Amino acid sequence: MTKRFRSITRDILPPVFTLAVIIAVWSAVTGFEAVPSFMLPSPGAVLSAFVNNIGYMAKESVYTLQEAVYGLLAGIVLAFILATLMDKFTFAFKAFYPLLVISQTIPTIAIAPLLVLWMGYGMAPRITLVIITTFFPVAVGLLDGYKSVDADSVNLMRSMGAGKIQIYRHVKFPGAVPGFFSGLRIASSYAVIGALIAEWLGGNNGLGVYMTRVKKAYSFDKMFAVIIFICIVSLALMAAVRLIEKLSMPYKIKSKENR
Amino acid sequence: MSILTAEKINKSFGDKHVLRDISLALEEGEFVSILGVSGGGKTTLFNVLSGLFKPESGKVSLYGEDITGKPGKISYMLQKDLLLPFKRVIDNAALPLVIKGKSKKEARLEADKYFKVFGLDGTQMLYPYALSGGMRQRAALLRTYLASDGVVLLDEPFSALDAITRAKMQQWYLGITEDIKLSTLFITHDIDEAILLSDRVCVMSEGRIETEIRIDYPRPRNEDFTLSDEFLAYKRKIKSLIK
Repeated sequence: MTKRFRSITRDILPPVFTLAVIIAVWSAVTGFEAVPSFMLPSPGAVLSAFVNNIGYMAKESVYTLQEAVYGLLAGIVLAFILATLMDKFTFAFKAFYPLLVISQTIPTIAIAPLLVLWMGYGMAPRITLVIITTFFPVAVGLLDGYKSVDADSVNLMRSMGAGKIQIYRHVKFPGAVPGFFSGLRIASSYAVIGALIAEWLGGNNGLGVYMTRVKKAYSFDKMFAVIIFICIVSLALMAAVRLIEKLSMPYKIKSKENR
Repeated sequence: MSILTAEKINKSFGDKHVLRDISLALEEGEFVSILGVSGGGKTTLFNVLSGLFKPESGKVSLYGEDITGKPGKISYMLQKDLLLPFKRVIDNAALPLVIKGKSKKEARLEADKYFKVFGLDGTQMLYPYALSGGMRQRAALLRTYLASDGVVLLDEPFSALDAITRAKMQQWYLGITEDIKLSTLFITHDIDEAILLSDRVCVMSEGRIETEIRIDYPRPRNEDFTLSDEFLAYKRKIKSLIK
């Protein structure tokens, strides 16, 4: 109990305090009309827009989350195949890795319209964009995880007569789990952003479509509300990844407690 | 009959001739040390014996079967315990049995029989981080033991431990060889350790086994042996050979 209390005072209070200061400054700026209210709505206006539209935003967010999660899952599958090939075959590493790095320098905003042109206004271009943005951090995390496995462990397995599949099953896959999750944590925040960017370009559903609509209407209070809502959605997705991570590595939590 | 024999093993890497005509034999229940300076080819010898390296010439046999260049017959243990952090202690120990095709349940049952003898009872379901250095080495030793049917290759297994734990582990090892059938080939650069534990000490340098010294001191041995005149005489003899 005391431990929990200490963690509240030590870890939770400081950012809450910072946020409170920011909101106070923001209220002061809008209160004194230093900025016209249609350009910067007051915190109160944003809050009421948030409360009034939460039902609608929640309904739209189902589409966005679906795209993010499907894209993330497909990205994981792709990353898994690529990273495993690159780990197993040096040739594959040499052939793919530089291209993967270059692929990450392509701005997603630039290819999103092309994807929409090729695949239409449905979910396909959105999921594709999420795959493009998420597979890379996952692949790199997995690859690092594979490389972090002690070569002596692999030799030991061979001395016990283990074949390649057994070495992956008992040493490499589980050894790469921490690296995989560090990649996935980054990818999960990219996933929502990727889905939103693709939605900006058109279609009928999703938080991104809603965002462009309120922007065009100059309803900046709703715009801020939707941004806050997206933050919450992203945080929820990241928390879900964290939870899965903790559940899949029971040995890790305990070793932290032990220290 | 010798359990494990190596006949005229030669192995080189490029121009470097690491093992030259190495022959040795390990009898049942025997403890043989290979003593030598670092970089003298000891670890290469173990890699050949365990089948990970194929020698240019020579033959390794286990229970009469030719196992030259065939991994999976004898396992070894390094100073790093190499316990997998994500597997429970019992699953780490039972890993060689799982690799040989036993189900997880069967392998656990088989491994569990030895936890008491190895001083690990009660640690079965823990993860390795919860074990002390000495316990981790014992768990690694159990894994090696289960991998290879009573023959173990140990490559400086206790050298990473602190002096007190190391002495304890040596005593423990002397004890366990009385309890279970265990034939040990042991790499070390610690002369005292070699004399205390061994039936025979093979002095190796520049890829050859130069001399073999039989340590004729009755078992069970304990630390009193290390303070005896015989011990000092052996030590003097070996030191002169290493120079």
